[in-house]
Amino acid sequence: MALTIVLSCVAVLLGTSALAVAGARSSLTSFFVYGVALAAGACALGAAGAMLVIAPGSAQTAQLPIGLPWLGAHFRLDALAALFLVVINLGSFTSSLYGLGYGRHESSPGRVLPFFPAFLAGMNLVVLADDAFTFLLTWEFMSLTSWALVMAHHRERDNARAGYIYLIMASFGTLALLLTFGLLAGPNGGYAFDAIRATTPSAGLSAAVLTLALIGAGSKAGLVPLHVWLPLAHPAAPSHVSALMSGVMTKVAVYGFVRIVFDLLGPPQWWWGAVVLTLGGISAVLGVLYALMQHDLKRLLAYHTVENIGIIFIGLGLALAFRANDMRAAAALALTAALFHVFNHSVFKSLLFFGAGAVLGATGERDMEHLGGLIHRMPLTAIAFLAGSTAISALPPFNGFVSEWLTFQAILLSPQLPQWLLKFIVPAAGAMLALSAALAAGCFVKAFGATFLGRPRRSVAQNAQETDAWSLAAMFILVLLCLVAGILPGYFIDALAPVTQLLLDARLAPQAQLRWLTIVPIAASRSSYNGLLLFVLVAAAGWLGAYVIHRWASHALRRAAAWDCGFPDARPVTQYTAGSFAQPIRRVFGGFAFRAHEQVYIPPPGQIQPAQFHLSMRDLVWDVLYAPIEGVVNFAADRLNQVQSWTIRAYLTMVFGSVVLLLMVLAVWH
Amino acid sequence: MALIHDALVQLAQLLLMLALAPLLTGYIRKVKAYLLRRQGPPLLQPYRDLLKLLRKEAVLADNASWVFRTAPYLIFATTLIAAALVPTFATGLLFSPAADLIAIVALLGTARFALALAGLDVGTSFGGIGASREMMIASLAEPAMLMIVFTLSLLAGSTQLSSVAVFVQGPTIGLRVSLAMALVALIMVAIAENSRIPVDNPATHLELTMIHEAMILEYSGRHLAVIEVAASLKLLLYFSLIACMFLPWGIASANGDLAAFAIGLVSYVTKLAMGGFLLAVFETATAKMRVFRVSDFLGAALMLGLLATLLLFVSQAA
Repeated sequence: MALTIVLSCVAVLLGTSALAVAGARSSLTSFFVYGVALAAGACALGAAGAMLVIAPGSAQTAQLPIGLPWLGAHFRLDALAALFLVVINLGSFTSSLYGLGYGRHESSPGRVLPFFPAFLAGMNLVVLADDAFTFLLTWEFMSLTSWALVMAHHRERDNARAGYIYLIMASFGTLALLLTFGLLAGPNGGYAFDAIRATTPSAGLSAAVLTLALIGAGSKAGLVPLHVWLPLAHPAAPSHVSALMSGVMTKVAVYGFVRIVFDLLGPPQWWWGAVVLTLGGISAVLGVLYALMQHDLKRLLAYHTVENIGIIFIGLGLALAFRANDMRAAAALALTAALFHVFNHSVFKSLLFFGAGAVLGATGERDMEHLGGLIHRMPLTAIAFLAGSTAISALPPFNGFVSEWLTFQAILLSPQLPQWLLKFIVPAAGAMLALSAALAAGCFVKAFGATFLGRPRRSVAQNAQETDAWSLAAMFILVLLCLVAGILPGYFIDALAPVTQLLLDARLAPQAQLRWLTIVPIAASRSSYNGLLLFVLVAAAGWLGAYVIHRWASHALRRAAAWDCGFPDARPVTQYTAGSFAQPIRRVFGGFAFRAHEQVYIPPPGQIQPAQFHLSMRDLVWDVLYAPIEGVVNFAADRLNQVQSWTIRAYLTMVFGSVVLLLMVLAVWH
Repeated sequence: MALIHDALVQLAQLLLMLALAPLLTGYIRKVKAYLLRRQGPPLLQPYRDLLKLLRKEAVLADNASWVFRTAPYLIFATTLIAAALVPTFATGLLFSPAADLIAIVALLGTARFALALAGLDVGTSFGGIGASREMMIASLAEPAMLMIVFTLSLLAGSTQLSSVAVFVQGPTIGLRVSLAMALVALIMVAIAENSRIPVDNPATHLELTMIHEAMILEYSGRHLAVIEVAASLKLLLYFSLIACMFLPWGIASANGDLAAFAIGLVSYVTKLAMGGFLLAVFETATAKMRVFRVSDFLGAALMLGLLATLLLFVSQAA
């Protein structure tokens, strides 16, 4: 039933996409497309959510006579797929709602509207696919539609390059996945997931599959060092599409990884966990350090996606390590933490991108150095963005803290792991997780402070207007979800239990019935957390303090010029900028991570030329990994280019030579 | 009945924290003054300062937003709740299941987040300098703190503070290298988190060296009073944390009788007096370091914490 509903929603979305091509010139099309996407998202969300809550153990299958004639297209909806459907359709519901308002200002609707529902349909189909062919086809469909959306404003500076790099990386990732499924299916070509599940690959083969799956899914998710396209492409798209790409599409990639490694590949080796943990830890720290160095609001958010994907992969790596050692309860805890973070990140990242989109729509600026003081002009957007910032910085009582807390609890279970390598890697990953959480808080103080607080740095920020009601509605739905998932995490953890049951054959104890809605992942004597109680206590203490002081002490208030140690300067340039805010952190970490180098020139006394400050930073991942590849490709292209100007005789000689060579190869072969 | 008893003990500890916090600050100031052969302000001066501030009108910068006005109360509330979760004279607090050590660290993180935002709100250069440096310090102090938490919880098999205290009191603990390293790291973190010398100077208003004071430069009246209370509470919290995790002797159990509570209270106050004295001596004997040396100081704390955790991971063979 649920599967049929979701598939019908997908069909409706694809139909809408076709209609939008025809009616791209009409002004009503925008309203129609987002309206239909909103309805389809709501239906699919309801169906998948109901499936996850009511009948989580069951699985529904369907087969459609499309695709390869002897294979058809297999679809299957189980608990894992249902969970990710909830994430996808929650994102598509809110971004369609947001699009109803935001899309009206779209300068080239013909480039956005047809692809938007197709992109949503593609993501839904990836999660439902039950054979390798359908999976790869829909995966590529998802990539291409999102690429088209990235290229919607292709005339803007840097967008064409972003799209180009995205296209290359997406093709590369799909190639890796193609080989993954080729290896999994074996020589007999059993491409249905059922057939793949039934066979157990050899150790060498599964190592190759893991590597390829990490490359294929990791490049889409933005795992370091395959992340380079992400901070270019995600910000280039319209903001509600950025939200979908960062908040949701990266989760589809996580789904791909979980499906292949946890479900299809068979029992894991312990070192898989070590590899995944290392990559996750590096992504978490490098992602947030990159983010700290940005002053483009949307790019900052995109780098934070890299960080959060790292956190998710830390959880997945722990789950693999535990499962390889047959510690199923601990594995269930780690996987629950990772999946809960998947949900949480999709919620707060969409929220933050919506906020950034509202700022972009109101001011036309993404550069934080030109903004400031927006809390006075856009008070509601500011509240929503602040809530999202608190959630992503893993601060209680919001949801980001709960999933990181669960990850920490899983790390604290890992001294029992027998392998020596893991004993070193797991605490290091724990330290990296702690470091990234602390740095994320610094980064969002910077982002919120530079954008919304202080005084406006440009006239665009001074004259900004609050965004429209649709966008605000979308943002506040997500704010509410951030808070609810943070203070009532027990219900969400229980909803994840069927997934861990499916993948690991173990689950956390039911949480929702516990006294006072406390969550107790392992045992009450070990650790527990109660977001609701904390929230109520903090709210009560704050309110009581304020009430007592206002009632009995003083409530007089006077407005005056800022004090600023007696020398206030009214010019907004005297404020701390985003760049100066990050400077101490850059001093501490940047020398190591970016080879950051500052040069200050202060003219000697008596000379009147201005002082100069020059900062150079290098992206080491790009320099080490990508620049050499680029160099090789350019070198080869230059050499091949000379072929173009050969004479006809030379061409004929080459053709003849090639034929002779091939014949010789054939002769030797037999 | 048991619930009422627990609630009373919890309330008593919360109020004790609130009442003692300014006294501890005043006490440390007094000891420091004696060490410098000054008379120093009376012990109760912080209370008088607070009352005076509370009764004055608050002056707000023209472009201050609601963030600036609500932040003090949020900082106060989160710090107070975090402090209420740390056992003082008795373990087994009523609210203890609501938050373990990791959550207490995160609650303090929420308070810091609010304070840094408030520092940026008015848009002055000093607010920015303070917020920026505070977040740099936090980016190292918070992971170091979590590594210390890891060390203790790996030993005690629990992240609950009460369980840790009971475990350290117990017979199985023995002398451990990890614990020593964690203690040193915790003291370093506590110094940084509470803006004490050598990281920051609580008495300074010299512009370029301020961190904490720079963030709260624009505050006045009741807002300033609330922030000052929160700062003293945080100092008391770290003292209580060290006392509870490393010197839990004398602390009463949750279902103890009045005599046990009295012993717990006396030993708690004694520990505070000793700790405050040591801090005052240390602060008088050290010079403040340059801001960019702080990263070395805290990096050492982080490495100590990580090393302590690693040692425990390695020594727990399966």
